[in-house]
Amino acid sequence: MTAQDKPNDGGVPLPVTPAGATTGAPADYPPASPAGRGMFGNQGTGDVSGYGGLVRQRQPIEEAARPYGGYFDEVRDALEEAYPAFGDAIEKVVVDRGELTLHVRPERIAEVCQVMRDDMALRFELCSSVSGVDYLGADERRLHVVYLLTSMTYRRRVRLEAAVSVESPHLPSVTAIYPTADWQEREAYDMFGIVFDGHPNLTRILMPDDWEGHPQRKDYPLGGVAVEYKGAEIPPPDRRRSYQ
Amino acid sequence: MTTSNYATERETTEGRVFTVTGGDWDTVVSSTDPINDERIVVNMGPQHPSTHGVLRLILELEGETVREARSVVGYLHTGIEKNLEYRNWVQGSTFVTRMDYLAPIFNETAYALAVEKLLGITDDITERATTIRVLMMELNRISSHLVWLATTGMELGAISIMLYGFREREYILDIFETITGLRMNHAYVRPGGVAQDVPDEAIVKIREFLKMMPQKLKEYEDLLSGQPIWTERTKNVAVLDVTGCVALGITGPVLRSAGLAWDLRKTMPYCGYETYEFDVPTHPDGDVWGRYLVRLAEIRESMKLVEQALDRLRPGPVMVADRKIAWPAQLAIGVDGMGNSLEHVAKIMGQSMESLIHHFKLVTEGFRVPPGQVYVGIESPRGELGVHAVSDGGTRPYRVHYREPSFVNLQALPAMAEGGLIADVIAGGASLDPVMGGCDR
Repeated sequence: MTAQDKPNDGGVPLPVTPAGATTGAPADYPPASPAGRGMFGNQGTGDVSGYGGLVRQRQPIEEAARPYGGYFDEVRDALEEAYPAFGDAIEKVVVDRGELTLHVRPERIAEVCQVMRDDMALRFELCSSVSGVDYLGADERRLHVVYLLTSMTYRRRVRLEAAVSVESPHLPSVTAIYPTADWQEREAYDMFGIVFDGHPNLTRILMPDDWEGHPQRKDYPLGGVAVEYKGAEIPPPDRRRSYQ
Repeated sequence: MTTSNYATERETTEGRVFTVTGGDWDTVVSSTDPINDERIVVNMGPQHPSTHGVLRLILELEGETVREARSVVGYLHTGIEKNLEYRNWVQGSTFVTRMDYLAPIFNETAYALAVEKLLGITDDITERATTIRVLMMELNRISSHLVWLATTGMELGAISIMLYGFREREYILDIFETITGLRMNHAYVRPGGVAQDVPDEAIVKIREFLKMMPQKLKEYEDLLSGQPIWTERTKNVAVLDVTGCVALGITGPVLRSAGLAWDLRKTMPYCGYETYEFDVPTHPDGDVWGRYLVRLAEIRESMKLVEQALDRLRPGPVMVADRKIAWPAQLAIGVDGMGNSLEHVAKIMGQSMESLIHHFKLVTEGFRVPPGQVYVGIESPRGELGVHAVSDGGTRPYRVHYREPSFVNLQALPAMAEGGLIADVIAGGASLDPVMGGCDR
């Protein structure tokens, strides 16, 4: 389903993809941090040490096996019981570094949040944080939205993660459930071009209104100019030789 | 009708717009239509002495009553989160300290805790380093609350309290300067510990401060608490109850002033806060007055914590033992400012080639952080300061997001201001204690 045939359910004009939402910025630059490929950040020739050709194995983040430990099992069981579409909505459950992450199908995110907030056994009353992450080159659906929910009653935290693609960066807004997500979703839109359908006023918040592109995408360059210092030319940070 | 050089008007689709830059007020007033122009839109800021920073408020007024309020932020956006992705993990602390400039130690500590959690070395942080962090954070909380008291006093017309608040805050900044070398933007709390040990003279200064402060706090209360103007301007003003706070994500003193004792130091402890004795002050009313009382009480609680932290300081290392993470040199003050200690420079330049290689690798390349993501939330003076840090396994942060309490809390301004008087917008906005450097990052 694309943006065009999605019902307009919150009074937000959807049909036109915002400028820059799909194109981002000029992609002349290599991805900001291609960790795992080479060591010194330079592509092509120039590195004669041979270390530039090293390829490190990355551990893929794997689905956790039951029991997760701590309160994580209780949270999962409670959600499974309260939310009949659990199997369809939850793509993956990850437990890493003592934190529980539920990977949610983007179109289900608002429903899941509703249950997380209202079910008596879950009671995640506070949406602490909404942020975006751009996994360029690592994930087909590279734009991830990360919600951090806090249960003040049970003193628990859970992370929800939903991934969308740059071609169709749409997912439902959770502002109706957590009004605090309002500005945070606007920031994620501003910085990553993620479009939250049903948001009452999805405009840029930190960048100027007429800004083009979404600055925190990985294919958006940092920018900067070279500076002369004691006769030497110091390139801007993103053009300096660096370790990866 | 004669054209005025000062007051001009033009028709727009939104109605008639007046540009008032001086001249005769009667001329301006007489050209409005009292029946159709009951509502006026006032643009307040971004450069306004009472908006607590470069914050712009667009207010729709009917007489003196605010009908709609919208805040516009972003004027201090400096792209810190993006910049972090182009520096190594340790360099990140010099960036994050510049976000919320009134609470730099909190920014650094939250960042350091997040990186340590990613590295899996949370339990390896030395006792002394953790105690120093608590000590510094609580001193910082006092200085931040003092600036709140000072600026809010000024915005509500109490100039003396402004001078007093900044005077005592300067004392804390002196202590910070003795310990870190800088009054602000310290980059003192680093992943793995703190940059250098606390000198003895700083301990003396902190003890002096603890002795002096109760008297000063009493002075503030004598000045403000019984004063009719202060109570009139704060009691029952900008009320927000617990439901409103939680829905809007408001944490910190504003939430506690509404009656909910939610303090991450108690409810989700970090840095060993569960082992300290302190109370969480609350107030039932949820108004500006309550926020004032809660913040004053928090200064007293922080002083208790500083005292306990001082008593706990035992000699020991202030950095993790892991040589692959710990900064190789102790810092020292030289004739040209602060830098690596002379003994260390002598060692790497004259005695040990391996030490030089080690220093070079760790300083230029930095350490690698295993891939994954973490979230760490700490209780800053303004509420929950959260760090969402993502690593891809490299030597640089892949993504660091700050859940800034100033940013989130500012969303409450329309809820507090609409329906009230325009003068109360100032009181309500100030009571949220937004710091725009943190809000816009």
